[in-house]
Parts: sequence; structure tokens; C-alpha cells
Amino acid sequence: MKKATPQLLPKIATGIHGFDELSHGGLPRNRISLLRGGPGSGKTVFALQSLVNAVRRRQEPGIFVAFEESPRQIIANAASFDWGLPALARNKLFFLDAKLSPEVVQSGEFDLSGMLAMLKAKQEEIGAKWIVFDGIDVLLTLLQNPISEMREIYRIRDWLADNEVNAAIITAKIDGDGSEMANYGFLQFMVDCVVRFERRLEHGVALHRIQITKYRGSDFAAGEYPVSFGPAGMEVDAPEPAEIKQVASSERVSAGFERLDTMLGGGLFRGSSTLITGVPGTSKTTLVGKFVEAACRRGERTLFVSFDEGADRIARNLTSVGIQLKTHVKSGLLRMYSGRTETIGAEDHLVKLKALIREHRPRCMVIDPISAIAKSGGLAAARAVANRFIYLAKDEKITVMVTAINEGDEPETEATDLQISTIADTWIHLSYLIRSGERNRALTIIKSRGTWHSNQVRELVLTNAGPMLADVYTAGGEVLMGTLRWEKEGEEKAKTLQRRAEFDHKRAELQVAEADTRARIKALQQDLERQRVELAMYSSDNEARIVSSSDRENELRRIRSADPTVRAVLIPANAKPKGVKDSGNSGNDKKARKEARDAP
Amino acid sequence: MRRKKTPDKSPASAVTPAVVMRLYVVNSAPNSVRAVTNLAAICEEHLKDNFKLEIIDVLEYPLRALADGVLVTPSLTKVSPSPAARIVGNLSDKSSVLHALGIRG
Repeated sequence: MKKATPQLLPKIATGIHGFDELSHGGLPRNRISLLRGGPGSGKTVFALQSLVNAVRRRQEPGIFVAFEESPRQIIANAASFDWGLPALARNKLFFLDAKLSPEVVQSGEFDLSGMLAMLKAKQEEIGAKWIVFDGIDVLLTLLQNPISEMREIYRIRDWLADNEVNAAIITAKIDGDGSEMANYGFLQFMVDCVVRFERRLEHGVALHRIQITKYRGSDFAAGEYPVSFGPAGMEVDAPEPAEIKQVASSERVSAGFERLDTMLGGGLFRGSSTLITGVPGTSKTTLVGKFVEAACRRGERTLFVSFDEGADRIARNLTSVGIQLKTHVKSGLLRMYSGRTETIGAEDHLVKLKALIREHRPRCMVIDPISAIAKSGGLAAARAVANRFIYLAKDEKITVMVTAINEGDEPETEATDLQISTIADTWIHLSYLIRSGERNRALTIIKSRGTWHSNQVRELVLTNAGPMLADVYTAGGEVLMGTLRWEKEGEEKAKTLQRRAEFDHKRAELQVAEADTRARIKALQQDLERQRVELAMYSSDNEARIVSSSDRENELRRIRSADPTVRAVLIPANAKPKGVKDSGNSGNDKKARKEARDAP
Repeated sequence: MRRKKTPDKSPASAVTPAVVMRLYVVNSAPNSVRAVTNLAAICEEHLKDNFKLEIIDVLEYPLRALADGVLVTPSLTKVSPSPAARIVGNLSDKSSVLHALGIRG
């Protein structure tokens, strides 16, 4: 939509959320803009809100010329908005009651030269930068002929050219193609920007639309866009940029409980969208409740949007399955909003959701059920809204879980409803399986983009500690559920017990054998130790004996002085002549000593 | 410039005029010029000298005109006798002017 042409026309922001985006910057600066539309289509609110924003954001005073309603009425009508209008009207905004009273008699032609002179004086007095002529059609009809009308339009234009204002807004009650107003074509030609407002009923719901039909010297988003009214005033649901610029996260977030995370290959991707479908009563709300609780426990800001069921009631019902949300609501982490679907159009819901996201800045979000928006304002609109919501959540990196009710039990029927299954990253389907006279809840993951996921149909059991996925037992190619599963579980349990008993017995046996062997090893080791000690003792005794005998021999030789000592060394200690006994040595000694004495 | 148009022939201070009027105009605007002429003719014909007319140029006294509740020009206000009346336009429709001023034509 946006071309790369340089912006030739300077613009001034209105501060109206969404409109400045549509118009790529706001209204043309120093020029006239025409707001046209039927009664109650939002022209006056738009004009007034622009003035209020100019005062509050830029300290630019403004003048509001009211041709149709009295200023008192206008201020009263705007009381539902948090603008503080009565205070602004005292000093920053000047309201001129330009409604000709019915008592005024008209005689011949008049013109606006006097009024414009008065406005000029007032403009100089308060330093007004913005001016609104509200309901110029009312004035023009008093002028009685098209020539005068054209003349007065010219007069206003010239006046605005001479008295430079940042922006001039003219509103006119023109429905349809403007054929009922003689000078509409001329009026449209004279201004630089034309914005069309519309209020229409669709399926008994009032829808507001806005469309820029002309913007001289500038490009703009040409479509028709939904408008909604909140405490801050009017808001336009501007289109999202055509190019998808989302960053894919590989961070995993818990889907609520461990077994579901396991089925999803480790949880949901941060910023992904999950669709949960199922017929009523398949515990979709419980599942999203668990997701919300898990998010809050991680300390993440979370938004829970429900439709046609009060937030308090949902919180209470979830308590019965062990999901506690109220504490998180109290701490401010969780915001629960519950809307009524049939009072406002689908697009108004989107605007409301956007506002909630802006206010609460959630990281995780739930809409239960998103299919409810299809109730108001037709399916095509609801479809577009659901799609846009999911894209919006992706842009904001919010991990989102939405539920949708499908009437049939086949998940494929969902495809004919809101058609969000194609853009959701993960699609979990809940259903009832009726077998053996029972109705059991079954959970299937139909798809989960970019991740491994289980293909198993699992039984979803609600316990007072929250939802649970039961263990899987298959028989004859089918997952057993309910009592069949329970029986199978019992059987399995008995088998397990038996196996365990057998195992315990065998283990005891082995333990005994092992202990026996250990004891034997210990005894043998003691033997070994004893023998080692004995051996060591024997060796050292022998050594000592050998040493002492060789010493004695040396002594003997020394006493004899017969042999050179060297010889004695050379003679090994054990090389004694055989037959010489130790006991005989003493006799030899005496003899030797005697010989020594006798020697000269 | 504020012009007080009181007929020269009679001493205005002496007699209470039957009708007191204010005419708000923009002197340069054709409708205003026409209104002055038309009103003068009506007064001449129906009120003789028994009236008081103040002509106010809005270009000169815009804030006063604003305070007086003037919106478009030309605009004629009957101040007295009550009930007060307001007539907008160049006063070309003589009968409606007379009716509004409470003068039987």
C-alpha cells in the first residue's frame, strides 16, 4: 500500500489510534479536511477527539464551531470519554454555539463574514491552532440557494488560508453518495482530505466504519476499517502491515502440564498460537486454564479473555479441577476479561482485544472460545478478525491459546468455521470416544508446526489436581479408555507385582551366594596373611644367624694371627671345611690361643 | 466604527423611541450593505422617527458581537420593546421583518 514516493504533504497527527496509521501521518497540515457520514457515525467524536488530543499532547488550543448541537450537549455526550472536556472547555477549547435558534427569523440572505471575523478575534485571543466546523450542512441549508452555499464555502476556505491553523476540520452530515447535497461535489473538491464515516447494522449489531476517500498529495490505506469507542475515545482498527515480520522463537513454553509438553516434543514455542477444538464439554476451558496457571506460575503476565461466561465463574469452576487463578488475578499478573459477544461486532472485539493487550502487555494469552466472535456481525468478519488476532499476537510475541467449539465430532468440520486451523501453529483436538457404554475424553494433536509431536490419541482425565493424560494402553490397535483402561491397568499392576516378587526372590538368592563367596575369600585372605608373616619371620632369623657366624670366624682369625685378614675375607663364611662343627670351635680356640702365646 | 443612527429631525433624548434596534453588519459585505438600505426604508415607511438604531461593524467589534450572541451577518436584534427578536439576512423580506419587529404593516 505504501509507496516509496517522498512525502510531499506535511501532516499533523490526530492522536486517534489507528487513523494516523491509515492516513500515514494524520490530517493534512494547514489544510481543510472533510469528515462526512450519516448521523451517529462518529464524525463529531473524531473532530472533538482531535482537538482534545491537540490540547493535551501539544498544548495547541482549538475552536469548535457547533452548527448542529449546542456545546452543552456536545460536552455532555463526550462525558463517557476520559478527556476532561469540561475543564478544557474553560480555557483551552472555545466552543461557539453556532446553532441558529428556531426563534430567529430569516429574512433574505446572510453570510459568514461576521462569524469569521468573530472567530478570528477569538483565535487570536486564545492562540487557537485547530478549528472544527461541526455540521456545516445545517448552516448551508439555511443559505437557501446553491450559489450562496458555494460562496460561503469559498469564504471559509479563504478565511482558513488567511488565518493559518494547523488543521481545519469540517464535518457534514452526508449519507451515501452525497447526492442530497447540492454542493457536495464542490465541497469535496475544495478540501484536501475526505474521510467517510459509516454506521450500519449487521445482524442487529451496530458497526462503525471509517474510510479515507480522498487525500490530495498523499497515499493512504484505501480500505474500509472498523471503528470502536472506548474510554479513551474513538479507535480505528488499522490494518497490519502486509509483510509478515515475525521472529520465530525456539524457546519452549509449557502447554500447561508435563505430559502434554512431552506429547508436543517439549512444549509450545514462545509466540506460537495453539488452537484447541472440541465439542462442548470436552474440557477446552480446563486445558487453557491450566496453560494460564502455568504461565502465571512462571511469573509471566497473562490475559484470559472469555466470552459469554463471567470471569469469576470460570475461575471458580477451574478451582474444582485444582487450577487456581484468583491469586494471580489479585497479584495483577493475570487479567481476566469476559465479553458479551452479541452486543458488539466482531471487529469491535478485535479493537477491544488490542486495547487489552496494550493495557496489560501479556506474554501469554487465551481466548475462550474464539468461535464466539462469529456470533456477531457475520462469519466473514469473524473469520477475518480471528486471523488478524492471531497475526497480532504473533507480532506482539504473545504465546496464545484459543479454543473453538465445533459442532460435529470430526475435527475437520472446524475447517468450515473460522478457518483458523490453517494459521494456528498447533492444533489440539478434544473429542469424546464412546466405547463399551462409556464416554471418555480423548486428546489428539492434529498438528504442531516445527516440532516433533506424538501421534497418540490420549485419554484426558480431570483430577482434582488438574487435567492429566492417562497412561496409554492399547489393545487390538485401539487406545483403551475409561474402565477398559482401568481393567487393563489392574491387570498390568498384578503382573508387575508378580514380576517384582520373582525378582525380589532371585535377588535374595544371589545376595546369599555373594555373601558366602565373600566370606570364603575373607578366610583365604587371612590364611594368606598368616603365611606371609611366617615366611617373613623365618627369613630374617636365618639372616641374623649367618651374619653372627661370619663375625666369629673373623675374630678367630684375628686372635690366631695366622692368616692374612684378606684371606679371611676371601673365604666365604659358609666355605668352612666339612666336618668341623660349631661345638668343636671352642676347643680349637683354646688351642689357637695357646699356640699364639707360644709363638716367639 | 460604530454608528449611531438617530434621525436628525427629532430630539431623541426627549421621547422614548418606540423601537430600539441593533444591526450587526460587516460593512464590506454586499448582504450587509443591502440590509442597511432595506432597514432604512422600512424605518422610513413604518416607524417615522420613532426608533433608535445602532449599527455595529463586526469586523471592528468582533468580541462584542460574539458576546451579544451574533452568529451570521447581517443580523438585526430588537432590544425593546419586549419580546426581543432576532432577524438574520439582508432584510429583503419586508413582511417578515415587520412581523418580527411587532409592527403592523
